[in-house]
Amino acid sequence: MTRLAELALAHLSLSLWALMLGAAISLPLGVAAARRPSLERVVLGAASVIQTIPGLALLAVMVPALASFATVGLELPAIGALPAVLGLTLYSLLPMLRNTVVGLSEVDPAVKEAARGVGMTPRQQLRLVELPLALPVIVAGLRTATVWTVGMATLATPIGASSLGDLIFAGLQTRDHRAVLLGCVASAGLALGLDGLIRAIERGVRRRRRALWIPATVVLGGLCAHALASPVIGAFGGPRPVRIGAKPFTEQYVLGELLAQRIERETDREPRVLRSLGSHVAFDALVAGDLDLYVEYTGTVWTAQMGREAPPADRAALAAEVERWLRETHGVVVVARLGFENAYALAARAPSDGGPSVDTIGQLAARAPDLTVAGDYELFRRGEWRALESTYGLRFAEERTMDPALLYEALAAGEVDVIGAYTTDGRLAAHHLRVLEDERGAIPPYDAVILANRDFAAASPEVITALRALDGALDDEAMRALNRAVDLEGEPPEAAARAWLDARSTDARPR
Amino acid sequence: MSERAPEPTIELSGVTVRFGEVTAVEGVCVAIDEGELLALVGGSGSGKTTTLKTINRLVEPTRGVVRLRGEDVRALVPHVLRRRVGYCFQRIGLFPHMTVAQNVGITPRLLGWDAARVEAHVRERLALVELPPETYADRMPHELSGGQKQRVGVARALAGEPEIVLFDEPFGALDPLTREQLQHATARLRDELGLTGVFVTHDVVEAILLGDRIGVMNEGRLVQVGTARELREAPADDYVARLIDAPNRAAALARGAGP
Repeated sequence: MTRLAELALAHLSLSLWALMLGAAISLPLGVAAARRPSLERVVLGAASVIQTIPGLALLAVMVPALASFATVGLELPAIGALPAVLGLTLYSLLPMLRNTVVGLSEVDPAVKEAARGVGMTPRQQLRLVELPLALPVIVAGLRTATVWTVGMATLATPIGASSLGDLIFAGLQTRDHRAVLLGCVASAGLALGLDGLIRAIERGVRRRRRALWIPATVVLGGLCAHALASPVIGAFGGPRPVRIGAKPFTEQYVLGELLAQRIERETDREPRVLRSLGSHVAFDALVAGDLDLYVEYTGTVWTAQMGREAPPADRAALAAEVERWLRETHGVVVVARLGFENAYALAARAPSDGGPSVDTIGQLAARAPDLTVAGDYELFRRGEWRALESTYGLRFAEERTMDPALLYEALAAGEVDVIGAYTTDGRLAAHHLRVLEDERGAIPPYDAVILANRDFAAASPEVITALRALDGALDDEAMRALNRAVDLEGEPPEAAARAWLDARSTDARPR
Repeated sequence: MSERAPEPTIELSGVTVRFGEVTAVEGVCVAIDEGELLALVGGSGSGKTTTLKTINRLVEPTRGVVRLRGEDVRALVPHVLRRRVGYCFQRIGLFPHMTVAQNVGITPRLLGWDAARVEAHVRERLALVELPPETYADRMPHELSGGQKQRVGVARALAGEPEIVLFDEPFGALDPLTREQLQHATARLRDELGLTGVFVTHDVVEAILLGDRIGVMNEGRLVQVGTARELREAPADDYVARLIDAPNRAAALARGAGP
């Protein structure tokens, strides 16, 4: 099966699970609410509030929500399909609830009185008269929910559930516009297809045309059965794949693939890469055991997880302290230090390209009130930023947040004056950008380290052994070359990782 | 009870209905015998519709008792009671998603009759209201004229062998000629089937035509009950006198205004 078909089926399964759960909740609730105005206000109010939460946030919030069940002894998978389905279910409620309530309340009062008058029980009034007459409105709500849910399922990717969003998120990071387009078109196609099936069933039933509704029902029923059979809540059948996390930028995609392919080559375990996880989602998931492995940076742990400032300037000293803290407080094992450092740094254009004529952050501070700075989603809320502000008294005219994929072009094009860059990014050199010196050491060193969940490490020594061999294997130049291959030469992360591993094994063989 | 006491089929005793502060019906007492159709007549807001609805429990009295063949209707399960009572009202309320035949056959089906019996009964009832079943049985309500819809409404009220019938201004929204046709059709049905029940109207001519007796309601009270002749010859008050004379005044006006 092609990757597109695989992702489309996974996408469909998430959406259908959510729609089935949503319908199972909102139909009875809508019927009850249509009869009790006080309940109607509460129910529709709550559903409306849910709807106002941005989709990405609603899904992300499911992760800590599910993880919190662990405190009452209920271990639920906090990343992957379960939080995605729950978030999507909540999101699907409003159109179905509202249309059920509206559809029932719009039934002609004369018809309702006749239903009582001819001697129907309340249940018969609902089943024989009110529901059939409200059905077109209820189905319209189901169709709205379907289109919304399928569209929003693309946002399941950052919480670790496979969907067509994988193509979109990865495509955005790696500037692969074909992948982005493919993901969008496929998702829209699924939405329209499901919508069409439901409409065909409704029309066929209303106009009593078997040729229309029977095939549509069979297809939809088959898809729902397939969705229900896919493992959303239960554990994965058979030996569990090794789950590797990757944060939402190119380097992480390459490293995720690199780890995965290394495991594939050296062990008989099957790896699975969960892409585009946020820093905190990835760390929490690793601690909770929902992720087995991911690559983190020591400076990030220092500021984000440990909440510390004033880092030791020495890379090894910082790495040692981080390693001890991870082991003692969270049971997280540092498997290997890859060898390269990917630091956050401030970068600007060269003075010859119209950049400010400064070499250090200290010099930049005097000019900053006239300049605009851009950073990725996390930068301005990270401890490093606070440290920069307090150490240098940095205050910019404007702070702009944008996708990491766009930062370098924005700087090169002169739309912003300074960016928070990654030092291993190939685009720094490609665009002739300069990294400003952090002369007072406000930003910590960022050694890339492979982190593993302790239980996983204990249970999978063969995987740990395979990965330990990567210790010190990737220097700054090698990492920069890999990033450049993806960002500037358009190579897929999988291919870049494979090429590096191939080159390494041919190097190693003669020894 | 095995003795054949002449017990009224419907009996209202001191029925009062209040909606919050408003008194809609005040102390209505009336008895309707088997085979008798009582026409309740009065102005808008006189309480005649509310009084009618206490009989099939679409409205519950605040005080007083309604009895059907001696049984307090409060002791009956509402939907069981309503299957024994034919009900037809001005807004008709045909089920728009059901055919004419399904509309007419609804109460027999709720009563659990088998399909063949329901079908035969429906055809008979449609013929009774002058809608040939072969033409109308499979039509949808939206394909009918106003008069045809109300004929279906009457047929539905008469389906399922109801013990009594309640008509609530069934022809009030129809044009005069259609109304006249339906009035005469209903009069014929009353004579053929010996209908027992209540017919609410604000039209005195309709009340005279269809009612074995006429009850006059004003401001929630049942002012007088009697035959048309009794009301004309001995009206209880000025309101009854003027109401029963209204058709004569209208006829005089129509003659005077004519060419």
